[in-house]
Parts: sequence; structure tokens; C-alpha cells
Amino acid sequence: MLYIIGLGLYDENDISIKGMKTLKECDRIFAEFYTAKLKDQSLSTIKEKTGKDIQIIGRKEIEEEMKPLKYAKREDVALLVPGDPLAATTHSTLILEAQRKNIKTRIIHSSSIFSAAPGLAGLQIYKFGKTTTIPFPEENYFPHSPYLTIKNNLKYDAHTLILLDIKAEENKYMNANQGLKYLLKVEEERKENIISLDSLAVVLARVGSSNPLIRADRIKKLIVEDFGGPLHCLIIPSKLHFLEAEYLIEIGRAPPEILEGRI
Amino acid sequence: MSRRAKMINKIKELMNKPDYIRNIGIVAHIDHGKTTLSDNLLAGAGMISAELAGEQLFLDFDEQEQARGITIDAANVSMVHPYNGKEYLINLIDTPGHVDFGGDVTRAMRAVDGAVVVVCAVEGVMPQTETVLRQALKEHVKPVLFINKVDRLINELKLKPEELQERFIKIISQVNKLIKSMAPKEFKEKWQVKVEDGSVAFGSAYYNWAINVPIMQETGITFKDIYQYCKEDRQKELAQKVPLHKVLLGMVVKHLPSPSESQAYRVPIIWQGDLESEEGQSMLKTDPQGPLAVMITDVRIDKHAGEVATGRIFGGTIKKGDEIFLVGSHATSRVQQVGVYMGPERINTDLVPAGNIVAITGAKNVVAGETICDPERKIEAFESLEHISEPVVTVAVEAKNTKDLPKLIEVLRQIAKEDPTVKVEINEETGEHLVSGMGELHLEIIAYRINEKGVEIETSEPIVVYRETVMDNAGPVEGKSPNKHNRFYITIEPLEESVFKAIQEGMIKEGRIKGKEMANKFIKAGLSKEEARRVWDVYERNLFINMTRGIQYLDEIKELILDGFETAIDDGPLAKEKVMGVKVKLMDAKIHEDAVHRGPAQVLPAVRRAIYAAMMMAEPKILEPIQKVFINVPQEYMGNATREIQNRRGQILDMSQEGDMVTVEAKVPVAEMFGFAGDIRSATEGRCLWSTENAGFEKLPDELQKTIIREIRTRKGLSPEPYGADHYLS
Repeated sequence: MLYIIGLGLYDENDISIKGMKTLKECDRIFAEFYTAKLKDQSLSTIKEKTGKDIQIIGRKEIEEEMKPLKYAKREDVALLVPGDPLAATTHSTLILEAQRKNIKTRIIHSSSIFSAAPGLAGLQIYKFGKTTTIPFPEENYFPHSPYLTIKNNLKYDAHTLILLDIKAEENKYMNANQGLKYLLKVEEERKENIISLDSLAVVLARVGSSNPLIRADRIKKLIVEDFGGPLHCLIIPSKLHFLEAEYLIEIGRAPPEILEGRI
Repeated sequence: MSRRAKMINKIKELMNKPDYIRNIGIVAHIDHGKTTLSDNLLAGAGMISAELAGEQLFLDFDEQEQARGITIDAANVSMVHPYNGKEYLINLIDTPGHVDFGGDVTRAMRAVDGAVVVVCAVEGVMPQTETVLRQALKEHVKPVLFINKVDRLINELKLKPEELQERFIKIISQVNKLIKSMAPKEFKEKWQVKVEDGSVAFGSAYYNWAINVPIMQETGITFKDIYQYCKEDRQKELAQKVPLHKVLLGMVVKHLPSPSESQAYRVPIIWQGDLESEEGQSMLKTDPQGPLAVMITDVRIDKHAGEVATGRIFGGTIKKGDEIFLVGSHATSRVQQVGVYMGPERINTDLVPAGNIVAITGAKNVVAGETICDPERKIEAFESLEHISEPVVTVAVEAKNTKDLPKLIEVLRQIAKEDPTVKVEINEETGEHLVSGMGELHLEIIAYRINEKGVEIETSEPIVVYRETVMDNAGPVEGKSPNKHNRFYITIEPLEESVFKAIQEGMIKEGRIKGKEMANKFIKAGLSKEEARRVWDVYERNLFINMTRGIQYLDEIKELILDGFETAIDDGPLAKEKVMGVKVKLMDAKIHEDAVHRGPAQVLPAVRRAIYAAMMMAEPKILEPIQKVFINVPQEYMGNATREIQNRRGQILDMSQEGDMVTVEAKVPVAEMFGFAGDIRSATEGRCLWSTENAGFEKLPDELQKTIIREIRTRKGLSPEPYGADHYLS
């Protein structure tokens, strides 16, 4: 049996009670942190509480070797995944492969950035379009698609949730400022008037913690602010419902003119 | 004023008159007497003493060159020659004749407008005569002919006057046949060399005399007289009556074009920019006032001056202290000094104008092949220099003393910069660096040069450079990305022979395709219309063609797909040797929605796996480099010589006899050629002349495939057997 268990958004306390109970019954526990990050020390607390050893495995061991499946035939194996395990990540292949090998699987859900971020920002989840991720640029790879996703969403008056790349192995987490700069750079190359220093954006940081940061303003203001430690994400809002606007002004300290529709 | 100072002044004066300049190269088969000729020309022009010439080999200024009696690097000199009451500036580039150094010849041809082709009267037209002539004609460089060592025909071979004439006629018609077949269309007839008009000269570079028809008419000396002078051992007298430099340089001035004449037809060939633009017009007219346009043909590291770049100025004037723009590397640099050559010496001047060959000192990061212009007036790059030959042998180089490790890396980088036919792979982890060159001798010379630069090294036995290819078609094969969310469908087939040839000969340029203009070239080379418009990349004589339509995000990962393709080509699936002659087609692709799930870490391995799997299903084979070997040997030793060939998996292609001498043409795998020099010498008791020419790659015989693959893989620390297609498909 393979249990894929969500760790939730922020620390050791975000795993569900069901998840915790299952862990205690498992023979072997793996965890991956290449798709997201929990607060430091969270894992050792879980170890203490369950009294079990947890082995952290990397992208290659999951995607190419499918290591958890090697044991799941005979043992009860758990794979711990930050967030809601099948939301932002690509673990569906693991479940497919398990099915093909006649290994039973069960998913234990948890909180996810996909619902937490819009909620915290006071934006209606019905009004979101496609989500996109801004990658760290690499040689020969500076994709414009995050920008194009925003463009297409705006066409349908949809907000865009933007996740920011992480490179856990190098301890690199893209912050909101880098993400905004990336979008401005694409604008500079494409000149389609989608993103400018005057565009409204929402920055969310440390979602799931006891004091998450919610900040909405023009990009020129945001780009020089310090939002503290990881993880960060962004929202580029489209047309705002008046309640959405009031929320961004009162909770996110956005400029009051957005109530008049000037976003 | 000293003679030297006067000479310098004259050079500086003539530099400004393009009609009175001749930029020439001397080209020949090895040992046909090119360097002796150059030295005697210099002596005649008063640049070295007359007694020394013929012995000194002035141009062979590398110690190593003098020790081996061959020329390794192209060296440059300028000299002044009076003709019909006017003075001319002759800029001469000496080029190596040994095939191992072919790259230097190609580069030198870009700098010059005319070439003196030297053919030894005894040996006649040899394979490298053809090679160097081809290189000259390809660059639109006009030839004249000098038949050398005439004295030996008379005194050693004891030919009668009629036989002498016959021999000359044969050489001249062979050369003309080559010109006819290889020259650009408009010059096939115009550039034929003729005895009557004096574009052919005869003589002895060693004894310092030469003659052609105009000089015969002028002096009244006839062929008969020449015959007598030689027979009676009075060649010294002859040298006074008809001195080599006078005849040869006279021929150069009369028959070879000035820069202003030649640039009018050469610029459209070597420069793809807009000819109607100001810079285009200025180059066509050799205008020193126009925008600066320089092509660098050679870079050397000088102990004192640092990097010295040699180049041809096609337009404008380069001045000391100028800021310049390097078109290829998009960088600016500053010229510390400019100058012209006089033997191995550089004479610094304040400026050098269009039409000349210039030495630029202190310009950082310049490499051979670079285009230089004014940062305020950027121009298109010149056509890249095509190297006909490619490295076929590699040695591993290690520093003897660990303290030299950092210095060795620096020296290797220098050597790669100076000689583009050398490939250097630096491995800082193991300290074992790989140096690849054109042949065993080339690598020996490189090792010597490294020692010269003060680093003691140890080299491994030479290793042959192999290639991988496929014999059959395969696919579409599915390559998955590590996260399994991206899939690429790829087919493999052998590249059409005609397309392969077009790339090899430079008709089709290597590189990622930008724009649509290339499509016609591909169609002309034999690719179907459908494919021709869809080529994305030409890399190491392989094509990548995108056959898909309208796939979302494909554009965004195009460069990554090509990175994957190129890395697969660099390390083939059989033995991590380079792949060549393969056509890779992308038939379909499934790409993940989000940019982080289709980055380099996903796309590169997916494409590479698909290519490897498809290759393994398409009957992959190892190719080995082949050399043509030409042996000139007395008949009694012919059996011994051909045995040496046959013992080396060689194949005799042709044999011809002239008098007592037999010429054998054969092809032999490079792998079997190591140590040939010593073996053929002892087999023929030193009585043979031989030369080699790289002749591309051929399939390694089937019975050797397995052994060689295993050998290469073991050497590289890989598992002895290559993986099957399955390995790449999981």
C-alpha cells in the first residue's frame, strides 16, 4: 500500500490527524521537499511524534526510480508531500505506475496554496484563470509563458495565481521581488502592455503560518519592499468585485483608488 | 639613414597606395621548396644577406621548424620591389605545406589576393598541390605557377632538352586542368597560367635563379642556355643574370591583382552584408576613408607583446589606440599597437590603411576568424573560415610537475587560440587534458610547443578519433522527460549523401537556422521541400528537422530541444564519440502546461533519450578516419612499400610509373598509421618520399566494430557494452 500524505502549507501542525495516524502505522516513510518547503525543524518534530524514521528523497529518486513503489508491494509505505499532494506537483505518475503494478494507493489531503492564496487575498476563487509558475531563468531558457498566461487570463477578466520557482537542492527560493522583475523583463522584450510598474499586484508570503503577509499595491511600490522569508507567491488581479477591492485596501493596504476600478 | 630605416620608410609610404600593393601567398606540396623560395625573395629584396638565403630558412623562425626542415606556421613578411620604374609593396604570407597543418593555409588565403603555386619539377603535381590550389581558388585567390628544382631534372635525372620541355608541358597542363575544374566560373579561363604571357616561371629556388618568357625576351637567354648553365655548374652566374626575386616578384606584380582590383570581386564572396551600403562600397573600392572592416586570420601569443593578431584590412584605416568592436563576440577592445611585418619582426606604425595585412597588438580576446570594426559603425561579419580538415587524433596531456597544473591549462588555452585546427578539452578535475589534432606529427609539434612555453608534460599514446552514425531508419521513438510529463517523438535516418557533402564543403553553414533564407540551399542540396523549410539546426554534419505543426509552447523550448540534440550528437550512444551524417526529425511533442515542469532538466534528457533509442534501433555503426597516403619510391622498393600499406588494412588505389620511380596512391585507416614514418623508411632504406592527406571517415569493418566499441568504452570508463534502445525508453 502506498499512502501519499499532504503535509499542508507551513509547519508540522498542518498535516491532518488522519495523516498523522496513518504515519504511525506505516512501515516505511519517505518525504520530498523539492516542490515546496516547510518551516525548518518541522520534519524532526514529526519524527519525534511518530517515533519513526523519515527518509528524504530527491526528484530523481521519485520521478525516475519511483523508489517508494519498490517497497509498497510488500510494505505500507508513506510519501510525505508538502501542500495537497496532487495539487501543484506532478505525483500523478506515481499513482498511475502503482495502478499498473497492482499496488493500492490512498491520498490523504491537506491544505493547498491553490485555495489558501486566493482566500487570504480576499479574491473569489471562481474568478481565477490558469495558474502559472515563474521559473529561475537558465541558459537558453527564459520562457515568456507566465506573462502570456496572465495576458490570456486578463482577456477573460480572470485573476492569475503565480507560483514562484524553488530549487530546494540549492536552497534557492524565488522571492516576490524577483518574480515581479521577471515579468517586467518579459514586458520589455514583448512590449504588449500587459505588465507595467503601475500594475496592481498582490504579494503573499508564508501562507499557512500564524501571521501570513498580504500586501497589495502598484508593482513600483512592491518591488522595493522586503517581504521576509520564503515561500512567496503572487497574484495579478483582473477586474475587482467591490468586496475584493475593499478587502485588498483594508487588509492588503492597497491604494484606495482601486475601488473606483483603477487597477 | 640606414638601409633598414629606408626600407621601413618605403613600406610606410607604399602602404597608402593600394594599386602598388600585392598581398600574396606561396603554396605548395610539402618539400617542393616554398620556404627556400620565400627566403631568396627576401634576400633579393635586401631583407636578409644573400649568402644566408637558401640555407637560413628565414621564415621558419620556430626552432622546431628549422630542426625538422619543414614550415609549421604561416609567417608574414613585407618587402619592396621595383618594377618598370615603379616601386611595389609585396606582403607575403608563407604557408605550411604539410597536410597536418592545413588550417593555416585556409586562413592565410583569406588575407591574400594572389598565390604563387610552387611545383617541384621532379615530383610534378602532387595531391597537396591540388589541396592548396583548391583552398586558394575557393577564396578567389588568383594563381601563378613556379616550376622549381629545374636543375635537378638536368643534373640528376639527366633529362634531354626535349624531355625537359615535355615535363614542363605536362605540369602546366595538369595545373591548368585543376584551375579549370576548381576556379569560380568567371575565372576558369581567365586564370589559366601560360608560358607565353609569363604567368609561368621556371627555375631553382635553391640556386636562386628563375626565368619566364618576358625575361627571356628581355635578356636573350634561352632554354638552351639554361640547360648549358646547369650542366656546366654555372648556376651562380645564372643567378646574377636572372635573379629569382626579380623574375618572381616581376611575375607577381604583373599577373597577380592589387587589393583594389581583387576586392571588387572578392568582397561579395567573403562578406554577406549589403554591398550598396557605405561599408560595402568602401570595401569594394578599398577605401581607407571608409568604415573600418578587418578580418583576423591568425593570432599568436608573443612573449613580450602578448596577443598579436594578424588580419587583412578590407575597408577603412586602423590606428594605434583605436577602440574596436569584435563582431563575433560582441565585445569592444582597444588596439595598443598596429604594424606591418618584416621577417619575424613587426614594425609599428601609427596607422595601417585598407588593402594591407596588419599586425594588431594588445587587442584582448581576438580569435582567428573574427571580424573587427568601429564600435560606432558596426558591420556584418565576414564569412567564417572553412577548415577542410578536422582533428582525427587525440593525446592525453598531463603536467609532469603538479605545480605546473594551472600553467598548463593557460598554455593549452593559448595553443587552442593560436591554432583553430587544434581542439583542446580541459578537465580540471582529473588534470588529464585532451588535445586533438590533424595527425601524429601535428600533435608532436603541439607537445613541443607546450614544452617551449615552459611546462613539462607527459603525453599518452595517440588515440584515434572515431565517429558514430546509423545505416538504417528508425522511429518514431518516444522519449520521456524525467518527470514523465513531457514526451518527444523522434525518427532517425541516414543523412542524404548530397546534403552531407554540401555541409562538408561549406555550401551549407553549420549552426541553428534563423530565418527562411536557408531553405533554398537545402533544397538545392537534395532535401525535400517539406523538410528544407523545417530545418532547425545543422550541427557537426547532422540535421535536426521539426516536422510538427502548431504545438503550443514548442517555440519556448526550441533552444532546449536543440541543446538536447546537440549534446546527444557530441556523445553518441555507442561509445560517446561524435555522431555524424544523421537526420533527426521531431514528429510530435507533448508538453506540460507549466513552465517549471518543462525546463532544461526535463527537456534535455527527454530529447537525448529519444535520439539515443532511435539510433540504437537504426543499425548504429562506428566510423573511422582514413588517410590517403602517397608514396614515391624507386621500383625495386615498390614491393616493400606496398606491403607496408597492405599490413595496415590499407588499400592501393592507384599506381603510376615514371622512369624508375613509382607513385603509389593508397588509403589507410588513421588507426594503422601510427609509426608509419619509421617503418616505411626502413622498408625502403630511406629511398622514398611520402605524404598523407586526411580523407574523411569510413565505416569501420564489421568484424572490428565490437572490439573497438569495447576498447573506447573501457578507455572512457564506461560499461564495456553500449546500452540497447530499451534502456532509453523506460
